[in-house]
Amino acid sequence: MIPGPFSYHRPATVADAVKLLSTLGDEARPLAGGHSLVPMMKLRLATPEHLVDLHGVAGLKGISRDGGKITIGAMTTQHELLASDEIGKSLPILHETAALIADPQVRYRGTIGGNVANGDPGNDMPALMMTLGASYRLEGASGARDIAAAEFYQGAYFTALEPGELLTSISIPAPAAGHGYAYEKLKRKVGDYATAAAAVVLTMAGGKVASCTIGLTNLHETPLLAEAAAKTVIGTSLDPATLKKAAAAAEAIMSPAADARGPVEYRKHVGGIMVTRALQLAAARAS
Amino acid sequence: MAKTHVTMKVNGAEVEGLVEPRTLLVHFIRENLLLTGTHIGCETTHCGACTVDIDGMSVKSCTMFAVQAQGSDIMTIEGVANADGTLSALQEGFRMMHGLQCGFCTPGMILRAQRLLQENPRPSEAEIRMGISGNICRCTGYQNIVKAIQYAAAKINAVEFQEAAE
Repeated sequence: MIPGPFSYHRPATVADAVKLLSTLGDEARPLAGGHSLVPMMKLRLATPEHLVDLHGVAGLKGISRDGGKITIGAMTTQHELLASDEIGKSLPILHETAALIADPQVRYRGTIGGNVANGDPGNDMPALMMTLGASYRLEGASGARDIAAAEFYQGAYFTALEPGELLTSISIPAPAAGHGYAYEKLKRKVGDYATAAAAVVLTMAGGKVASCTIGLTNLHETPLLAEAAAKTVIGTSLDPATLKKAAAAAEAIMSPAADARGPVEYRKHVGGIMVTRALQLAAARAS
Repeated sequence: MAKTHVTMKVNGAEVEGLVEPRTLLVHFIRENLLLTGTHIGCETTHCGACTVDIDGMSVKSCTMFAVQAQGSDIMTIEGVANADGTLSALQEGFRMMHGLQCGFCTPGMILRAQRLLQENPRPSEAEIRMGISGNICRCTGYQNIVKAIQYAAAKINAVEFQEAAE
Protein backbone atom coordinates (compact mmCIF):
# COMPACT_ATOMS: atom_id res chain seq x y z
CA MET A 1 0.00 0.00 0.00
CA ILE A 2 2.68 2.46 -1.02
CA PRO A 3 1.82 5.09 -3.65
CA GLY A 4 3.72 5.29 -6.90
CA PRO A 5 6.57 7.81 -7.10
CA PHE A 6 5.83 11.46 -7.72
CA SER A 7 7.48 14.86 -7.42
CA TYR A 8 6.28 17.06 -4.59
CA HIS A 9 5.63 20.77 -5.03
CA ARG A 10 4.61 23.22 -2.35
CA PRO A 11 3.76 26.61 -3.89
CA ALA A 12 3.16 29.64 -1.67
CA THR A 13 0.64 31.52 -3.83
CA VAL A 14 -2.39 30.72 -5.95
CA ALA A 15 -0.57 32.13 -8.97
CA ASP A 16 2.35 29.73 -8.44
CA ALA A 17 0.00 26.78 -7.87
CA VAL A 18 -1.91 27.54 -11.06
CA LYS A 19 1.34 28.00 -12.98
CA LEU A 20 2.61 24.62 -11.77
CA LEU A 21 -0.66 22.90 -12.63
CA SER A 22 -0.77 24.40 -16.12
CA THR A 23 2.88 23.75 -16.98
CA LEU A 24 2.98 20.23 -15.54
CA GLY A 25 -0.21 19.32 -17.37
CA ASP A 26 -2.32 16.19 -16.98
CA GLU A 27 0.20 14.39 -14.81
CA ALA A 28 -0.13 16.93 -11.99
CA ARG A 29 -2.83 16.91 -9.33
CA PRO A 30 -3.53 19.47 -6.63
CA LEU A 31 -3.32 18.01 -3.10
CA ALA A 32 -5.78 19.44 -0.57
CA GLY A 33 -6.66 17.29 2.48
CA GLY A 34 -5.60 14.21 0.54
CA HIS A 35 -8.21 11.94 2.07
CA SER A 36 -9.67 10.99 -1.31
CA LEU A 37 -6.50 11.24 -3.39
CA VAL A 38 -3.95 9.50 -1.12
CA PRO A 39 -6.06 6.32 -0.67
CA MET A 40 -6.54 6.23 -4.46
CA MET A 41 -2.78 6.61 -4.92
CA LYS A 42 -2.11 3.76 -2.49
CA LEU A 43 -4.37 1.53 -4.57
CA ARG A 44 -2.55 2.84 -7.69
CA LEU A 45 -5.91 3.90 -9.06
CA ALA A 46 -4.33 7.36 -9.21
CA THR A 47 -0.70 7.69 -10.29
CA PRO A 48 0.03 11.40 -10.63
CA GLU A 49 3.63 12.27 -11.48
CA HIS A 50 3.40 15.58 -9.64
CA LEU A 51 1.52 16.62 -6.53
CA VAL A 52 0.96 20.31 -5.93
CA ASP A 53 0.34 20.59 -2.18
CA LEU A 54 -1.94 23.52 -1.40
CA HIS A 55 -1.22 23.62 2.34
CA GLY A 56 1.45 26.29 1.89
CA VAL A 57 -0.73 28.58 -0.21
CA ALA A 58 -1.71 31.73 1.66
CA GLY A 59 -5.28 32.94 1.51
CA LEU A 60 -7.02 29.65 0.72
CA LYS A 61 -8.39 29.19 4.25
CA GLY A 62 -11.05 30.97 6.21
CA ILE A 63 -14.71 31.87 6.52
CA SER A 64 -16.07 35.36 6.07
CA ARG A 65 -19.46 36.99 5.76
CA ASP A 66 -20.03 40.08 3.68
CA GLY A 67 -23.64 41.20 3.87
CA GLY A 68 -25.73 38.37 2.51
CA LYS A 69 -22.82 36.32 1.21
CA ILE A 70 -20.67 33.78 3.02
CA THR A 71 -17.31 32.98 1.46
CA ILE A 72 -15.35 29.88 2.43
CA GLY A 73 -11.76 29.31 1.34
CA ALA A 74 -11.23 26.01 -0.46
CA MET A 75 -8.66 24.73 2.07
CA THR A 76 -10.98 25.24 5.03
CA THR A 77 -11.30 21.86 6.72
CA GLN A 78 -14.52 20.15 7.77
CA HIS A 79 -13.25 20.47 11.35
CA GLU A 80 -12.89 24.23 10.93
CA LEU A 81 -16.41 24.46 9.47
CA LEU A 82 -17.73 22.62 12.53
CA ALA A 83 -15.80 24.94 14.87
CA SER A 84 -17.10 28.10 13.17
CA ASP A 85 -19.78 30.10 15.02
CA GLU A 86 -20.45 32.06 11.82
CA ILE A 87 -21.36 28.85 9.98
CA GLY A 88 -23.46 27.67 12.95
CA LYS A 89 -25.39 30.93 12.81
CA SER A 90 -25.73 31.55 9.08
CA LEU A 91 -25.56 28.05 7.57
CA PRO A 92 -26.49 25.46 10.21
CA ILE A 93 -27.10 22.87 7.48
CA LEU A 94 -23.36 23.01 6.76
CA HIS A 95 -22.66 21.96 10.35
CA GLU A 96 -25.21 19.16 10.10
CA THR A 97 -23.64 17.89 6.88
CA ALA A 98 -19.97 18.26 7.87
CA ALA A 99 -20.60 16.26 11.05
CA LEU A 100 -21.83 13.36 8.89
CA ILE A 101 -18.70 13.28 6.73
CA ALA A 102 -16.23 10.50 7.51
CA ASP A 103 -14.79 10.58 11.07
CA PRO A 104 -13.03 13.09 13.35
CA GLN A 105 -9.51 12.42 12.04
CA VAL A 106 -10.60 12.73 8.42
CA ARG A 107 -12.45 15.97 9.22
CA TYR A 108 -9.25 17.56 10.61
CA ARG A 109 -7.65 17.12 7.18
CA GLY A 110 -10.51 16.92 4.67
CA THR A 111 -11.35 20.26 3.04
CA ILE A 112 -14.55 21.69 1.65
CA GLY A 113 -12.74 22.58 -1.58
CA GLY A 114 -11.55 19.03 -2.09
CA ASN A 115 -14.97 17.68 -1.25
CA VAL A 116 -16.73 19.81 -3.86
CA ALA A 117 -14.03 19.79 -6.56
CA ASN A 118 -13.29 16.08 -6.71
CA GLY A 119 -16.55 15.22 -8.48
CA ASP A 120 -17.08 12.06 -6.44
CA PRO A 121 -20.83 11.36 -6.48
CA GLY A 122 -20.50 10.01 -2.93
CA ASN A 123 -19.31 13.33 -1.49
CA ASP A 124 -21.88 15.17 0.59
CA MET A 125 -21.07 18.84 0.00
CA PRO A 126 -21.82 19.03 -3.75
CA ALA A 127 -25.58 18.41 -3.45
CA LEU A 128 -25.69 20.75 -0.48
CA MET A 129 -23.91 23.49 -2.44
CA MET A 130 -26.41 23.09 -5.28
CA THR A 131 -29.27 23.29 -2.76
CA LEU A 132 -27.86 26.49 -1.28
CA GLY A 133 -27.29 28.10 -4.68
CA ALA A 134 -23.52 28.31 -4.08
CA SER A 135 -20.96 29.30 -6.68
CA TYR A 136 -17.32 28.31 -7.03
CA ARG A 137 -14.39 30.58 -7.82
CA LEU A 138 -12.06 28.90 -10.31
CA GLU A 139 -8.63 30.38 -10.96
CA GLY A 140 -6.52 29.48 -13.96
CA ALA A 141 -3.65 30.78 -16.05
CA SER A 142 -6.00 33.07 -17.96
CA GLY A 143 -7.72 34.51 -14.89
CA ALA A 144 -10.60 33.80 -12.55
CA ARG A 145 -14.21 32.86 -13.22
CA ASP A 146 -17.24 31.96 -11.13
CA ILE A 147 -19.49 29.03 -11.85
CA ALA A 148 -22.71 27.93 -10.19
CA ALA A 149 -22.44 24.66 -8.26
CA ALA A 150 -25.51 23.51 -10.22
CA GLU A 151 -23.48 23.78 -13.46
CA PHE A 152 -20.21 22.35 -12.18
CA TYR A 153 -20.88 18.61 -12.15
CA GLN A 154 -20.84 16.79 -15.50
CA GLY A 155 -20.36 13.14 -14.56
CA ALA A 156 -18.66 10.98 -11.96
CA TYR A 157 -15.28 12.70 -11.42
CA PHE A 158 -15.93 15.01 -14.39
CA THR A 159 -16.44 18.66 -13.59
CA ALA A 160 -16.25 22.05 -15.26
CA LEU A 161 -12.67 22.50 -13.98
CA GLU A 162 -10.37 23.02 -16.95
CA PRO A 163 -6.83 21.60 -16.88
CA GLY A 164 -4.66 23.94 -14.82
CA GLU A 165 -7.59 25.48 -12.98
CA LEU A 166 -7.93 25.50 -9.22
CA LEU A 167 -11.10 25.88 -7.17
CA THR A 168 -10.09 28.56 -4.66
CA SER A 169 -13.27 29.51 -2.78
CA ILE A 170 -16.98 28.92 -2.42
CA SER A 171 -19.57 31.65 -2.18
CA ILE A 172 -22.93 30.93 -0.57
CA PRO A 173 -25.89 33.33 -0.38
CA ALA A 174 -27.10 33.35 3.24
CA PRO A 175 -30.46 31.60 3.48
CA ALA A 176 -33.40 33.69 4.72
CA ALA A 177 -33.68 34.23 8.48
CA GLY A 178 -35.99 31.60 9.97
CA HIS A 179 -35.40 29.13 7.15
CA GLY A 180 -35.77 25.43 7.83
CA TYR A 181 -33.06 23.00 6.86
CA ALA A 182 -32.09 19.35 7.10
CA TYR A 183 -29.48 16.99 5.70
CA GLU A 184 -30.69 13.40 6.07
CA LYS A 185 -28.08 10.76 5.25
CA LEU A 186 -28.47 7.01 5.40
CA LYS A 187 -25.14 5.24 5.72
CA ARG A 188 -24.07 1.78 6.82
CA LYS A 189 -21.56 2.97 9.39
CA VAL A 190 -19.54 5.99 10.50
CA GLY A 191 -17.19 6.94 7.70
CA ASP A 192 -19.27 5.49 4.91
CA TYR A 193 -20.53 7.35 1.89
CA ALA A 194 -24.29 7.82 1.67
CA THR A 195 -26.50 4.94 0.60
CA ALA A 196 -28.79 7.89 -0.06
CA ALA A 197 -28.94 11.43 1.27
CA ALA A 198 -31.15 14.49 0.81
CA ALA A 199 -30.62 18.17 1.60
CA VAL A 200 -33.60 20.47 2.08
CA VAL A 201 -33.70 24.23 2.59
CA LEU A 202 -37.15 25.79 2.82
CA THR A 203 -39.12 28.72 4.18
CA MET A 204 -42.61 28.55 5.65
CA ALA A 205 -45.34 31.20 5.70
CA GLY A 206 -48.61 30.72 7.55
CA GLY A 207 -47.99 26.99 8.00
CA LYS A 208 -47.38 26.43 4.29
CA VAL A 209 -44.15 25.96 2.35
CA ALA A 210 -43.22 29.26 0.69
CA SER A 211 -39.97 28.19 -0.96
CA CYS A 212 -38.10 24.92 -1.13
CA THR A 213 -34.94 23.44 -2.64
CA ILE A 214 -34.02 19.76 -2.49
CA GLY A 215 -30.63 18.25 -3.31
CA LEU A 216 -29.73 14.55 -3.61
CA THR A 217 -26.41 12.85 -2.83
CA ASN A 218 -25.10 9.59 -4.31
CA LEU A 219 -28.28 8.82 -6.20
CA HIS A 220 -26.90 9.56 -9.66
CA GLU A 221 -23.47 9.96 -11.21
CA THR A 222 -23.69 13.64 -10.26
CA PRO A 223 -25.43 15.40 -7.38
CA LEU A 224 -29.00 16.33 -8.31
CA LEU A 225 -31.51 19.08 -7.66
CA ALA A 226 -34.96 17.53 -7.29
CA GLU A 227 -36.82 20.44 -8.82
CA ALA A 228 -40.13 18.74 -9.54
CA ALA A 229 -40.25 17.35 -6.00
CA ALA A 230 -39.54 20.80 -4.56
CA LYS A 231 -42.28 22.34 -6.71
CA THR A 232 -44.76 19.73 -5.46
CA VAL A 233 -44.50 20.91 -1.86
CA ILE A 234 -44.83 24.67 -2.48
CA GLY A 235 -48.06 26.02 -0.99
CA THR A 236 -48.75 22.84 0.98
CA SER A 237 -48.51 22.05 4.68
CA LEU A 238 -46.52 18.89 3.86
CA ASP A 239 -49.49 16.62 4.43
CA PRO A 240 -48.92 12.87 3.94
CA ALA A 241 -50.25 12.85 0.37
CA THR A 242 -47.94 15.71 -0.64
CA LEU A 243 -44.92 14.07 0.99
CA LYS A 244 -45.66 10.89 -0.93
CA LYS A 245 -45.92 12.80 -4.19
CA ALA A 246 -42.68 14.66 -3.50
CA ALA A 247 -40.81 11.44 -2.68
CA ALA A 248 -42.10 9.85 -5.89
CA ALA A 249 -41.05 12.89 -7.94
CA ALA A 250 -37.56 12.73 -6.40
CA GLU A 251 -37.28 8.99 -6.95
CA ALA A 252 -38.19 9.49 -10.61
CA ILE A 253 -34.89 11.32 -11.28
CA MET A 254 -32.66 9.01 -9.21
CA SER A 255 -30.40 6.55 -11.00
CA PRO A 256 -28.01 5.22 -8.37
CA ALA A 257 -25.44 2.54 -9.06
CA ALA A 258 -26.06 -0.92 -7.66
CA ASP A 259 -23.17 -1.53 -5.27
CA ALA A 260 -22.38 -2.88 -1.80
CA ARG A 261 -24.80 -0.29 -0.42
CA GLY A 262 -27.70 -2.05 -2.12
CA PRO A 263 -29.50 -2.65 -5.39
CA VAL A 264 -30.93 0.23 -7.40
CA GLU A 265 -34.52 -0.28 -6.18
CA TYR A 266 -33.46 -0.17 -2.54
CA ARG A 267 -31.32 2.92 -2.92
CA LYS A 268 -34.13 4.76 -4.71
CA HIS A 269 -36.60 3.64 -2.05
CA VAL A 270 -34.46 4.92 0.82
CA GLY A 271 -33.67 8.03 -1.25
CA GLY A 272 -37.40 8.81 -1.18
CA ILE A 273 -37.43 8.27 2.58
CA MET A 274 -34.48 10.66 3.05
CA VAL A 275 -36.37 13.31 1.06
CA THR A 276 -39.48 12.81 3.20
CA ARG A 277 -37.56 12.99 6.48
CA ALA A 278 -35.54 16.02 5.40
CA LEU A 279 -38.71 17.88 4.36
CA GLN A 280 -40.41 17.12 7.69
CA LEU A 281 -37.40 18.06 9.80
CA ALA A 282 -36.76 21.23 7.80
CA ALA A 283 -40.39 22.31 8.20
CA ALA A 284 -40.24 21.64 11.95
CA ARG A 285 -37.12 23.82 12.24
CA ALA A 286 -38.52 26.72 10.18
CA SER A 287 -39.98 29.71 11.95
CA MET B 1 13.20 9.42 -7.00
CA ALA B 2 15.26 12.08 -5.28
CA LYS B 3 14.95 12.22 -1.53
CA THR B 4 13.91 15.26 0.40
CA HIS B 5 15.33 16.35 3.72
CA VAL B 6 12.66 16.80 6.38
CA THR B 7 12.81 18.10 9.93
CA MET B 8 10.06 18.01 12.51
CA LYS B 9 9.53 17.80 16.24
CA VAL B 10 8.42 14.39 17.52
CA ASN B 11 7.60 13.97 21.21
CA GLY B 12 9.48 17.17 21.95
CA ALA B 13 12.69 16.21 20.16
CA GLU B 14 13.90 17.67 16.86
CA VAL B 15 14.25 14.87 14.32
CA GLU B 16 15.29 14.77 10.68
CA GLY B 17 15.53 12.32 7.85
CA LEU B 18 15.69 11.78 4.10
CA VAL B 19 12.43 10.64 2.53
CA GLU B 20 10.97 10.04 -0.88
CA PRO B 21 7.94 12.27 -1.46
CA ARG B 22 5.77 9.14 -1.47
CA THR B 23 6.90 8.02 1.98
CA LEU B 24 3.87 7.99 4.24
CA LEU B 25 4.27 9.69 7.60
CA VAL B 26 3.53 6.44 9.45
CA HIS B 27 6.40 4.69 7.66
CA PHE B 28 8.76 7.56 8.50
CA ILE B 29 7.74 7.36 12.17
CA ARG B 30 8.07 3.58 12.37
CA GLU B 31 11.01 2.88 10.05
CA ASN B 32 13.18 6.01 10.18
CA LEU B 33 12.51 7.07 13.75
CA LEU B 34 11.97 3.47 14.96
CA LEU B 35 8.96 4.57 17.01
CA THR B 36 6.89 1.45 16.45
CA GLY B 37 4.15 2.27 18.96
CA THR B 38 2.20 3.88 16.11
CA HIS B 39 0.53 0.93 14.42
CA ILE B 40 -0.47 0.25 10.83
CA GLY B 41 -3.86 -1.42 10.76
CA CYS B 42 -5.95 -1.11 7.61
CA GLU B 43 -3.76 1.23 5.53
CA THR B 44 -6.98 2.61 4.05
CA THR B 45 -7.80 5.52 6.40
CA HIS B 46 -10.51 3.55 8.19
CA CYS B 47 -9.16 1.99 11.38
CA GLY B 48 -7.35 4.83 13.17
CA ALA B 49 -4.55 2.62 14.58
CA CYS B 50 -1.98 5.00 13.04
CA THR B 51 -3.49 8.13 14.64
CA VAL B 52 -0.93 10.64 15.88
CA ASP B 53 -1.30 14.23 17.04
CA ILE B 54 0.03 16.83 14.59
CA ASP B 55 -0.11 20.54 15.43
CA GLY B 56 -3.23 20.05 17.53
CA MET B 57 -5.02 17.71 15.15
CA SER B 58 -5.67 13.96 15.32
CA VAL B 59 -4.37 12.64 12.02
CA LYS B 60 -4.26 9.20 10.45
CA SER B 61 -0.55 9.08 9.67
CA CYS B 62 -1.08 6.53 6.87
CA THR B 63 -2.89 9.20 4.86
CA MET B 64 -0.32 11.97 4.93
CA PHE B 65 3.12 12.13 3.38
CA ALA B 66 6.16 12.65 5.59
CA VAL B 67 7.17 15.66 3.45
CA GLN B 68 3.91 17.30 4.45
CA ALA B 69 4.91 17.13 8.12
CA GLN B 70 7.95 19.36 7.52
CA GLY B 71 8.24 21.75 10.47
CA SER B 72 5.32 20.31 12.41
CA ASP B 73 5.01 19.24 16.03
CA ILE B 74 3.99 15.60 16.42
CA MET B 75 3.12 13.43 19.39
CA THR B 76 3.05 9.64 19.24
CA ILE B 77 2.20 7.14 21.96
CA GLU B 78 5.86 7.17 23.02
CA GLY B 79 5.42 10.78 24.12
CA VAL B 80 2.19 10.39 26.08
CA ALA B 81 3.46 9.36 29.54
CA ASN B 82 4.12 12.04 32.16
CA ALA B 83 7.61 13.56 32.24
CA ASP B 84 8.51 11.51 35.34
CA GLY B 85 7.64 8.28 33.52
CA THR B 86 4.35 7.66 35.30
CA LEU B 87 1.28 6.86 33.22
CA SER B 88 -0.84 9.71 31.88
CA ALA B 89 -4.45 9.92 33.03
CA LEU B 90 -5.57 8.21 29.83
CA GLN B 91 -2.99 5.44 30.03
CA GLU B 92 -4.00 4.85 33.63
CA GLY B 93 -7.67 4.84 32.60
CA PHE B 94 -7.06 2.20 29.94
CA ARG B 95 -5.21 0.10 32.50
CA MET B 96 -7.75 0.47 35.30
CA MET B 97 -10.84 0.03 33.14
CA HIS B 98 -9.42 -2.81 31.01
CA GLY B 99 -9.67 -0.59 27.94
CA LEU B 100 -7.55 -2.96 25.88
CA GLN B 101 -7.31 -6.64 25.13
CA CYS B 102 -4.96 -7.25 22.20
CA GLY B 103 -3.78 -3.63 22.39
CA PHE B 104 -3.35 -3.07 18.68
CA CYS B 105 -5.76 -0.13 18.50
CA THR B 106 -4.69 1.36 21.84
CA PRO B 107 -2.00 3.85 20.71
CA GLY B 108 -4.41 5.38 18.20
CA MET B 109 -7.26 5.35 20.71
CA ILE B 110 -5.17 7.13 23.35
CA LEU B 111 -3.83 9.77 20.96
CA ARG B 112 -7.34 10.44 19.67
CA ALA B 113 -8.86 10.52 23.16
CA GLN B 114 -6.15 12.91 24.36
CA ARG B 115 -7.05 15.44 21.66
CA LEU B 116 -10.76 14.91 22.33
CA LEU B 117 -10.30 15.70 26.04
CA GLN B 118 -8.23 18.77 25.24
CA GLU B 119 -11.01 20.10 23.02
CA ASN B 120 -13.83 18.95 25.29
CA PRO B 121 -12.67 18.24 28.86
CA ARG B 122 -16.12 17.04 29.99
CA PRO B 123 -17.52 14.97 27.14
CA SER B 124 -20.79 13.08 27.45
CA GLU B 125 -20.77 9.37 26.69
CA ALA B 126 -22.28 10.11 23.27
CA GLU B 127 -19.57 12.71 22.58
CA ILE B 128 -16.88 10.19 23.52
CA ARG B 129 -18.37 7.58 21.20
CA MET B 130 -18.57 10.07 18.31
CA GLY B 131 -15.12 11.37 19.20
CA ILE B 132 -13.53 7.94 18.77
CA SER B 133 -15.68 6.93 15.81
CA GLY B 134 -12.63 7.04 13.56
CA ASN B 135 -10.88 4.36 15.62
CA ILE B 136 -11.82 0.72 15.29
CA CYS B 137 -11.36 -1.85 18.07
CA ARG B 138 -12.12 -5.50 17.35
CA CYS B 139 -11.78 -6.81 20.92
CA THR B 140 -13.50 -4.74 23.54
CA GLY B 141 -16.85 -3.76 22.06
CA TYR B 142 -15.76 -0.22 23.03
CA GLN B 143 -17.50 -0.31 26.45
CA ASN B 144 -14.29 -0.33 28.44
CA ILE B 145 -12.59 2.14 26.12
CA VAL B 146 -15.40 4.61 26.79
CA LYS B 147 -15.02 3.96 30.54
CA ALA B 148 -11.27 4.47 30.28
CA ILE B 149 -11.80 7.89 28.70
CA GLN B 150 -14.42 8.77 31.32
CA TYR B 151 -11.94 7.72 34.02
CA ALA B 152 -9.28 9.97 32.51
CA ALA B 153 -11.70 12.89 32.14
CA ALA B 154 -12.66 12.56 35.81
CA LYS B 155 -9.02 12.46 36.85
CA ILE B 156 -8.09 15.47 34.72
CA ASN B 157 -11.06 17.42 36.11
CA ALA B 158 -10.23 16.26 39.65
CA VAL B 159 -13.64 14.72 40.27
CA GLU B 160 -14.42 11.23 41.47
CA PHE B 161 -14.96 8.68 38.69
CA GLN B 162 -18.32 7.00 38.90
CA GLU B 163 -18.76 4.01 36.69
CA ALA B 164 -22.17 4.05 35.02
CA ALA B 165 -24.45 1.13 35.81
CA GLU B 166 -24.80 -1.31 32.93
